[in-house]
Amino acid sequence: MDFTLSKQQQMVQKMYKEFAENEVKPLAKQVDAEEYFPIENVKKMSKLGMMGIYFPKEVGGAGGDVLSYVMAVEEMSKVCGTTGVIISAHTSLCAAPIYENGTPEQKAKYLPKLCSGEWIGAFGLTEPGAGTDAQGQQTFAVDEGDHWKLNGSKIFITNAGYANVFIIIAVTGFITDRRGRKQKEISAFIVERTDPGFKVGKPEDKMGIRGSSTCELIMEDCIIPKDRLLGVKGKGFQLAMATLDGGRIGIAAQALGIAEGALDETVAYVKERKQFGRSIAAFQNTQFELAEMKARVEAAKYLVYRAALKKQEAMNGAKVRYSVEAAEAKLIASRTASDVTRRCLQLFGGYGYTRDYPIERIMLDAKITEIYEGTSEVQMMVISGAMLK
Amino acid sequence: MAEFNAMDTAAFKGVWVFCEQREGQMQTISYQLLSEGRKLANDLGVELCGVVMGSELNEDYIKALGGYGADRVYYIDSPLLKDYTTDGYAKALCDLVMDKKPEIVLIGATNLGRDLGPRCAARLHTGLTADCTHLDVDVEKYKDFLRTTSNIDVDNTKFEENTNLKMTRPAFGGHLMATIICPRFRPQMSTVRPGVMQTQPYDEAGAAKVVIEKITPELTADDIHVEILDIKKSAKKLVDLIGADVVVSVGRGISSDVEEGIALAEELAGVLGGVVGASRAVTDEGWLSADHQVGQTGKTVHPRIYVALGISGAIQHVAGMQDSETIIAINKNESAPIFDVASYGIVGDLYKVVPELIKEIRAAKSAQ
Amino acid sequence: MKAIVCVKQVPDTQGKVAVKPDGTMDRAAMATITNPDDLNAVEAALQLKDETGCEVVVVTMGPPPAEGMLRELIARGADRGVLVSGREFGGSDTFATSQILAAAVNKIGVGPEDIVFCGRQAIDGDTAQVGPQIAEKLHLPQVTYVTDIKKDGNNVIVKRQLEDGYMELKVQTPCLLTCIKELNTPRYMSVSGIFECFDKPIDVFDYNALKDDPLIETDTIGLKGSPTNVYKSFAPPVKGAGMMVESAAQLVGMLNDKHLI
Repeated sequence: MDFTLSKQQQMVQKMYKEFAENEVKPLAKQVDAEEYFPIENVKKMSKLGMMGIYFPKEVGGAGGDVLSYVMAVEEMSKVCGTTGVIISAHTSLCAAPIYENGTPEQKAKYLPKLCSGEWIGAFGLTEPGAGTDAQGQQTFAVDEGDHWKLNGSKIFITNAGYANVFIIIAVTGFITDRRGRKQKEISAFIVERTDPGFKVGKPEDKMGIRGSSTCELIMEDCIIPKDRLLGVKGKGFQLAMATLDGGRIGIAAQALGIAEGALDETVAYVKERKQFGRSIAAFQNTQFELAEMKARVEAAKYLVYRAALKKQEAMNGAKVRYSVEAAEAKLIASRTASDVTRRCLQLFGGYGYTRDYPIERIMLDAKITEIYEGTSEVQMMVISGAMLK
Repeated sequence: MAEFNAMDTAAFKGVWVFCEQREGQMQTISYQLLSEGRKLANDLGVELCGVVMGSELNEDYIKALGGYGADRVYYIDSPLLKDYTTDGYAKALCDLVMDKKPEIVLIGATNLGRDLGPRCAARLHTGLTADCTHLDVDVEKYKDFLRTTSNIDVDNTKFEENTNLKMTRPAFGGHLMATIICPRFRPQMSTVRPGVMQTQPYDEAGAAKVVIEKITPELTADDIHVEILDIKKSAKKLVDLIGADVVVSVGRGISSDVEEGIALAEELAGVLGGVVGASRAVTDEGWLSADHQVGQTGKTVHPRIYVALGISGAIQHVAGMQDSETIIAINKNESAPIFDVASYGIVGDLYKVVPELIKEIRAAKSAQ
Repeated sequence: MKAIVCVKQVPDTQGKVAVKPDGTMDRAAMATITNPDDLNAVEAALQLKDETGCEVVVVTMGPPPAEGMLRELIARGADRGVLVSGREFGGSDTFATSQILAAAVNKIGVGPEDIVFCGRQAIDGDTAQVGPQIAEKLHLPQVTYVTDIKKDGNNVIVKRQLEDGYMELKVQTPCLLTCIKELNTPRYMSVSGIFECFDKPIDVFDYNALKDDPLIETDTIGLKGSPTNVYKSFAPPVKGAGMMVESAAQLVGMLNDKHLI
């Protein structure tokens, strides 16, 4: 598999690095300490086309490719995990399902605004009693003739406080499966922030990615027009799972970036910090730790890039699935992020435990990547499911 | 006007200094250049001339140029030369050069001089060397210079014996020194940054005997394509780094708390009777305005005491401060290159060391 | 209307500097960047494009790999590039360089409303000479050290930085402006710009393309023809290392002994 970056990919990577260093990194500490959603950087990224990287120009995208998108999440996450996930949730969980499943009218209405960053997107699947478990869904959408009426709530919704457009998964009825059991019929909808009866709840106080806006969504007799059904009625759960396949590549890229960022900070620190009259970089424990972490990060990177290339094939029209590649990438990259950031903090010693250095923030940011958009356990179900089929 | 041919090198004689005035005030760079020009003129056995442009200038200022070494001053007087315009000044200077044919023209590398110099050199069809830090015409003196400042094996190196102007300047951000010559064309032109050359003591006798030639240029308003709408002094007083006795500069090391870092530098500068400077990183970040910048692309300083706080000592910074009499460096990285040029170095956190330093200096002063 | 921007690719002297055994700069071993002031010049041109819809042409003199820099500037928003490249041009000093660039700009064509932008100076030479010299060769009025630009019909109102303030000047187009970092903040490349930039035109002007231009004197270009030559080059002197002291108190004691405070 060829991971050689094209001229364009090398150039976007260069731009991302400059942008991350000059714009994102200086804000990262404040973003964490004050739970600050970096809206000005979102606006700047929007101007640069970073909110619609891999969508074609015709729908308002930047005309790039999936790997260029993955590298954007990676580079931003190197310096600020929050900024990385803002792009990822927006792109993978909102713009992508509309691009992949929307009617021409829906695409024309939403994609230009999402790609330009004028609107921010989010995705609502998880509920207090249901995440990956479709039958646990308690949000209902009722067909009332000329409109849908939604009731229910969603939790832990990334970008919620700032999003204008939400993909909402809801129960639209009941069907009897082949074994005669009564099952919920699940569908997907596009809900706008201004729709009557729609409300964004209070933000969560989180351990990491503290600047990302994670809120509850409340729908109380929320009325949306009929043309907001996304995709085929009754196929909403499949749509959600396919969307998460893409989302997991984004989160894997976030995890990868977090791990790389931790290593960058640690390499700089161990050269500077002196103990017993030598820089701690001179100690073999430091060297071996760094070497092993680096090798693991590189391994994770290839899994993430491979998943991106597989999704690119699908984008190009090939009939391929990338669920397993995405799950493998996320499983390994997120574990690597947690492991590497913990070990990096250890090399920092006491200073690493203080907020004078960024490594504690980076370590706390890493953990979420093992949890959201499917826990590591869910990824293993996906992978083993394909093995034992 | 006589025929002008820049390649007829034998026809050119004399050393000229462009003496810059602003709002009727002579700029100190003019004295520095005259002092340097005097040495070159002596080595060549020729006249040193100052060229002043302006309108209704105070004759005393013009005479004073003689006190700094000028044998003769060409005073080009025209209402159109009251304030600097590229078109007016370039035409007046070039016309005079074409007429009188000096072999060397020195111009201060001020914002105006760096505008005028290249425009004139292009028109006069000759070379120009920017931001020179050392000038020689005499080969033996140049060799002496190399002996003390370079690792060139001077005695086993061949030097052409001639009186071409040897113009030495830093290149590549100060990583390299290059001596430039302009052998085929005249005049040989160079710009010199303010503060680089030393001003010689004022000589009353020189002022008394200087010959002033007033010249009316062939200049009309149509020659000038730029209209001056306004000239404003900056509201904030700009820091006078070049004239300062003590400079306390801050570098990237203040990034963890910029405000506190600058406050400490200001306090230290206060107790030492100096001003605050900065490395390029600091001015690039906008933590201090560009007029604070010391270094290759900033100002060249040689104060009595230079204190470098959290400055790693990138060569481009060192180029602007290495001639300071005493250099004190405080940096938490003991392998920072600044310690290679420092007279005294302290490895430590500037936020801890500087307050102690301020306390100790205050104590020492009150004990005096 | 056009904005023509002269740019230079320079070794990144802020990073690691490679020096060859003979004491000269090893350019090949160093990372290259677009000269910082030139990015301000490009940004000024792009802002003019945002305002007026004018065409932005970026022109550089350099070896063939400088094309990469032109692509990046197109990715920032420039419309096309011109690469002036030829062995005959190598080793040119500022006089020779400005002659070649002036001829290139002449070939691109300077219309009555056009503005030529340059950076104030390049970080490898720090001379600030090429801009004014191009202006002289093209008989254009110049303003250097520009910190503010306002287009006003066929005039441009600019602020020119002085050491202790600024001048406000009105200059007729066509003209040449040299830009400094206080003028603006250069924009980044955009993702869509990057994915389009390889499809935009870059013309190459070699020696043959320019040699018949009246601005070119074939005997004053290149290393041999340049009026100025390097006579000697050497590493700058380094002061001998001083002494390390342990504490502020010890330092103040020493300074006091030497009557420095």
